[in-house]
Amino acid sequence: MKSVLTIYRKELADYFSSKKFLILLALVYLTGLTSIYVSLQNIRTAAQTATDAFVFLKLFTTAGAVLPSFLYFLSFFIPIIGIVFGFDAINTEKSSKNLSRLLSQPIYRDSIINGKFLAGITTMSIIIGSVVLIIAGIGLRVIGVPPNSEEILRILIFIFICICYGTFWMALSMLFSVIMDKTATSILTSIAIWIFFFFFIQIIASAVANAIAPVNESATLAAQIKNFNVDLSIKRISPAYLFTEAITILLVPSGSQLFLKAVTTADVSKMILSPLSLGQSLIQVWPQIVVIIALAIICFAISYIVFIKQEIRST
Amino acid sequence: MDNYIISTKNLTKKYGTKTVVDGLNLSIPKGEIYGLLGPNGAGKSTVILMLLGLTEPTSGELSVLDYSPTREALKIKRLTGYLPERVGFYEDMTSVQNLEYTALLNSIPEKEIPGKINECLILVGLDKEKSKIVKHFSKGMKQRLGIADVLIKDPQLVIFDEPTEGLDVEVANQILETIFILNRDKKITFLISSHQLNLVQRICHKVGIMSKGKLIGEGSVSELSNNIFGGYKYQVDLEFIGDVDKVMEKIKDLKGVKSVNRTGSTLHVGTDEDLRQDISKAVTSMADIILTKMDIKDFSLEDVYLNYFKEV
Repeated sequence: MKSVLTIYRKELADYFSSKKFLILLALVYLTGLTSIYVSLQNIRTAAQTATDAFVFLKLFTTAGAVLPSFLYFLSFFIPIIGIVFGFDAINTEKSSKNLSRLLSQPIYRDSIINGKFLAGITTMSIIIGSVVLIIAGIGLRVIGVPPNSEEILRILIFIFICICYGTFWMALSMLFSVIMDKTATSILTSIAIWIFFFFFIQIIASAVANAIAPVNESATLAAQIKNFNVDLSIKRISPAYLFTEAITILLVPSGSQLFLKAVTTADVSKMILSPLSLGQSLIQVWPQIVVIIALAIICFAISYIVFIKQEIRST
Repeated sequence: MDNYIISTKNLTKKYGTKTVVDGLNLSIPKGEIYGLLGPNGAGKSTVILMLLGLTEPTSGELSVLDYSPTREALKIKRLTGYLPERVGFYEDMTSVQNLEYTALLNSIPEKEIPGKINECLILVGLDKEKSKIVKHFSKGMKQRLGIADVLIKDPQLVIFDEPTEGLDVEVANQILETIFILNRDKKITFLISSHQLNLVQRICHKVGIMSKGKLIGEGSVSELSNNIFGGYKYQVDLEFIGDVDKVMEKIKDLKGVKSVNRTGSTLHVGTDEDLRQDISKAVTSMADIILTKMDIKDFSLEDVYLNYFKEV
């Protein structure tokens, strides 16, 4: 346990003094500030048309005419942060010939990967947590509406989900860093997977849905619902989509949002647009959260096992 | 396992169907510098990895410092320093920071660490480079830092894998000198693997020659050459025109000549001193004999080594 702590402290120091940390921090803070600027421009209109009292949460979800909201930025950046902190974890140690020196010290082999993983999570939590708090702080100062207790809880859960989601991407890229000896290969593979889940799955989902359940102008309601369901099921393969669902439901409690099975405008008009309570929101996003955490654990478990079993060879 | 720091019995390692180490028996007593020599791919590094418990042996027994590497690797690593081939350090950290990390991983009490680091850096002659980051170190300096890194845990046994690989002769000799001094003053047992025999042989008490996973010769350098060359220090080769048998008779009678052998028209004379003058005088004083070539060889491990590989 002591050796995990030693490695954790060293890796943490490494991360904090690394250029990639500074670059990511600057990038995330800049986009955070941009999005708070955009949302402050538009929040007055958003609050007036809103059906709920969660004004403070709108700081995070209000988008401008051109620029998207903070939520969108975050769903974009978290995978990048995760990948950047994981892709070179093990293979740099190997290529710099540090690994065999480390392994000849009286420590268990898993302390190396555990220490690195924990240090990565900590660094990521600091980046994500701090940018959310900065936005909340600026927002509070400008709009002057303090968050109520439910909003605070929602924001905390939101931060937690963000960290889990980032941990998943970090575990995935760390897995590639264990399997692949070249850092370039491991980062490219991770980014390819991210691009697939972020962009292509949407195209594939709608293409498949339209093939299985075509919708034309004279389509029945049943056909439309089928099309929507196929589309949604395919999209839900992607952790990126699950994450977007989860945080949107959490931060936009007026349940009218896209994920309830409202298909036609007639449906929407029949809905009572009252906000969901926190408990109901949680019930809605519970599967998403569980899947994201499970994926993170699975990825880490595989990299852990592969790393432990990996034979250290002389060449 | 008595007084042996390292002992292996029928140690075998297979990667798939390829046998890398084949029934190896090694016994290294305390306080010795043992040179494990052999060409690249002979299985030296694999033996070392097995001794440290980093790789599991396929079969056979082994013990290091009376512990079993497969079950008690951590205890072995606490007392054993290992310097891998082409050692690497964290390039952005200074030498002191690198050593500090190793010390912490070895659970050395934090109060003792600065003193220990200082002591080790002085030993390897790097005390002036304390605050320099490793990126700017030369290969030889890195190797010396590697030795300091190994010494920080006060090891009883130190294993060096190719310590002189890629270094120029002068630096390599400095490294070997340091090893020699450490062995003499601190009574540390060393296991050195290398393919650069002529460098390493000077400091080894005993060498083992490995080829294709087997130990094909073992003993001190002079023992090994005795086995092969009949115990002589020099060999003088002669070529001449004339009656070979007559010359053989004449040379045999010379003082100091231990043996004379003949292959074709060449004579091989085994001696313990440089007898070239006496031999040439004897040969040229004979009528009808013209000396065309005379050569002298002194046996080094290289010859021992080459000879072994001729036999394999």
